[in-house]
Amino acid sequence: MSEQLEPLNNKEISVNDVPFTQMETGESVGLLGHLKGFWIPFSKMFKKTLTVEYPEVKAPTQERFHGRHQLNRHPDGLEKCIGCELCAWACPADAIYVEGANNTQDNQMSPGERYGKVYQINYLRCVFCGLCIEACPTRALTMTNEYELADDSRAKLIFEKEDLLAPLRQGMLMPPHPMYPGMNDTNYYKGDVQQSHPSQDVK
Amino acid sequence: MTTEVVDMITVVIDGFEVSVPKGTLVIRAAEQLGIQIPRFCDHPLLDPVGACRQCLVDIEINGRAFPKPQASCTIPVEPGMIVKTQLTSTVAEKAQKGVMELLLINHPLDCPVCDKGGECPLQNQAMSNGQGQSRFEGTKRTFEKPINISSQVLLDRERCVLCARCTRFSLQIASDPFITLNERGALQQVGIYENKPFESYFSGNVVQICPVGALTGASYRFRARPFDLVSTPSACEHCASGCDMRTDVRRGKTLRRLAGDDSKVNEEWNCDKGRWAFKYVTALDRLTTPLVRNASGELVPASWPEALAAAAKGLKSAKAAVLVGGRATYEDAYGYSKFARVALGTNDIDFRSRLASDEEREFLAAHVVGSSTTYSDIDRADQVLLVGFEPEEESPIVFLRLNKQVRKRALKVTAIATKLSIGVEKLKGDFVKIAPGQEAAVIATQSLTAKSIILVGERAAESAGSLSAVAALAQSTGAKIAWIPRRAGERGALEAGAIGNLLPGGRPVSDAAARVDIAAVWGTDSLPSDQGKSSSQIYAAVNAGEIAALVVGGVDPLDGDNSQSALAALEKAFVVSLEIAPSYVTQRADVVLPVAAITEKSGSFLNWEGRARSFAAAVADSLNRSDLRILSMIAEEMGASVNLATVTSAIKEIASIGKWDGARVAMNQVSPAASPKLNSDQFILTSWRRLLDLGTLQQGEENLAGTARKTVAVISPKRAEAIGVSSGDRLKISTALGSVTLDALVEDIHDDAIWAPRNSQGSQLLVNLGVAHGAVVTVVKA
Repeated sequence: MSEQLEPLNNKEISVNDVPFTQMETGESVGLLGHLKGFWIPFSKMFKKTLTVEYPEVKAPTQERFHGRHQLNRHPDGLEKCIGCELCAWACPADAIYVEGANNTQDNQMSPGERYGKVYQINYLRCVFCGLCIEACPTRALTMTNEYELADDSRAKLIFEKEDLLAPLRQGMLMPPHPMYPGMNDTNYYKGDVQQSHPSQDVK
Repeated sequence: MTTEVVDMITVVIDGFEVSVPKGTLVIRAAEQLGIQIPRFCDHPLLDPVGACRQCLVDIEINGRAFPKPQASCTIPVEPGMIVKTQLTSTVAEKAQKGVMELLLINHPLDCPVCDKGGECPLQNQAMSNGQGQSRFEGTKRTFEKPINISSQVLLDRERCVLCARCTRFSLQIASDPFITLNERGALQQVGIYENKPFESYFSGNVVQICPVGALTGASYRFRARPFDLVSTPSACEHCASGCDMRTDVRRGKTLRRLAGDDSKVNEEWNCDKGRWAFKYVTALDRLTTPLVRNASGELVPASWPEALAAAAKGLKSAKAAVLVGGRATYEDAYGYSKFARVALGTNDIDFRSRLASDEEREFLAAHVVGSSTTYSDIDRADQVLLVGFEPEEESPIVFLRLNKQVRKRALKVTAIATKLSIGVEKLKGDFVKIAPGQEAAVIATQSLTAKSIILVGERAAESAGSLSAVAALAQSTGAKIAWIPRRAGERGALEAGAIGNLLPGGRPVSDAAARVDIAAVWGTDSLPSDQGKSSSQIYAAVNAGEIAALVVGGVDPLDGDNSQSALAALEKAFVVSLEIAPSYVTQRADVVLPVAAITEKSGSFLNWEGRARSFAAAVADSLNRSDLRILSMIAEEMGASVNLATVTSAIKEIASIGKWDGARVAMNQVSPAASPKLNSDQFILTSWRRLLDLGTLQQGEENLAGTARKTVAVISPKRAEAIGVSSGDRLKISTALGSVTLDALVEDIHDDAIWAPRNSQGSQLLVNLGVAHGAVVTVVKA
């Protein structure tokens, strides 16, 4: 008998022995009580709503919201990124991968000697802290307000350089093309180049 | 070995006492205490210069203080010296901050585009010992950037802090004073001589020791940051010097290699080939799957089981031999050695995929295998004799070590050679001029002592009688012999018994006790007892129908003197080829098995000293298998047991075998060949391979190839006059097989001889002429 459990002590109560009891309902709320309850949602119908019908309606974010990154261009279209990898170095989530390369005469992607050949941001890792933006020495990397970063595969959420580059605006030419005549990289950083020069249109 | 008595001097640095040998510099005495004094120009292997002034400290000797802070990298310790570094002296700290501010005045703030960023002594020390702010408000001095000082080294002059490390290295270590400091004041800059680019075999070291990003390598320019790279300690696979290396890999691709720090071997240096020739691993069109020749005679991709079965079937049904190149690791060579004996039951194995002789094989067995002459023997030698060996071209770190001793204590170097080489000239060596083939007679007349060393190159095998004469000379004088092959794997292959007359550990095949030793470890009943054939004999035997199958690993059939015979043999025999990339062998093979390249596997090389240089796999996720493993798989398929699945198992088995302590087989004396009679247009050809040439492992690196020496044919002034040529004229060298036409260079060479590089652009002698040394060739002005 020793294998059996000890019999219950008289003072202890088995769960099975506790009877179900009726919950106390208190007094009836009455008609006024019901009306009071309905009044709250009713009154809200006349107030301005805070929610929007996303995705049909897209509310603007705060001005300095941290959204998708963007690789900016100089006013003549050359890329600002020099492939220095400081963003990758600063990234606490190891979300950025960069490979630099040589600018050559036939393949001038950015002013100066060096450009970013491979530029990837893994949005499954990015925590949108913005340290990369602080690290960028040429202001090539900034953040947009775009927040719709969801997709159905891991690969699609690793954004390549093409996905991150800013669009060409008025006066810009698609690199590779030579630097503005008579200007060097320092001029570009000082803002001396305002738009592309006809001689840069090599295509 | 005698222990040297060293005077110790006790000094006080920052309140701590430290005893260091007399002559130690203050900066290094501080290092002993773990006190880091910032520095740029100081380098432990270069002469002190005190150029950068960054290491200023306060010094007081016996109560008398220097009036101003002193450069701790130029002042040796003295008894009673009290040193206060930046840690305890505000004067020293202020001085250092001031120097840093001055150095940074003209230094551009282009760290984001600079390759040194992230591993830059200037960056680091500006953070640790700098001011943080500059008072300079003017315009920085700029230079045009970058300039190529050679095809592989780029100079950004504005980044230079004028520490003179590069110029001192070039002058003191490499004896290639092609760069120097020009101009004065703010315009001072590193420059090259007009019309003389920085074509040194050691130029990569200046990139490594530059404390800023002024000197950068063209092939690594803008490629990566240090935090991208996974570094693996490795060993160099290019020559038998055995440099310690570091391989930096990003995403499975080697981006750069640096010289490691091993004071016993390469100190902190390496040569440009070791540093920059690594792209072949990816540049070559690598084999990815096994290939098997089908019924219609085409090589088609096959699965591993299929390929192994085909290899086993072909090898089992025929008498087979093994050819393993001199590039195999020690463990792989051991695998080939065991495979030949256990699976194929033959001693027909040879690692010497080059010009070789039976005399050499006997010499290796009698005098080299198991021997241990080392770099430190060179440091202690009273005289060094070079026989068939051109150190700068064939084993550059041996050259650096000789050069160090020549510079330090005027070590006497004697070169027995036909042509005075650039390297021997730099070593200020005695040049004993001989006609090719006359080595033996001259070697016999050399006077050496028991403290001398004879450095014998692999080319000594090309002149009959040389090695016999070397052996006799060593016997009579007590001088030590060191055999320095060109390829990294040859010494290991010799110790592993990948040669017909030796079993692993230097055991002679002819010795019954030695065979029993090895048979016991390998678990076989008996081992073949014949002397085995050499490479050329194996090819000949295939062509004669005596051997029907070959296992070939890492061999270029064009490296021998009878490449026609080699190619015919490969065509005729059933060939199992273990290779990393398509080659002349794989084209003719019946089964091709892809193997791991050196970065993809672990293992070791034995350098010329016999010192193990082990390395780990730098690329971790490669699926390629080592030769060793594949041989084990073929053997298993054949029903034999090689059973060496991993490098570790091979290392254990080699260790369990140990070295042979029995008698060595004596060497048969070989007498030299008679010197040929020459007509007025006939010369005796001699050659060697240059460090940078058309070697397979240098493929894919054009920047490196750009610093190769110019291809020329060297001819003596007397003969040049006789056939009416002068330097720059074209010379046509021909044999019955073919000819090469090269620019002539009139220089110090034996009158009977003509020299040309063996495997350089436009001069592939073994392919074009079929001969490389000692043969009579016809030379005419083209």
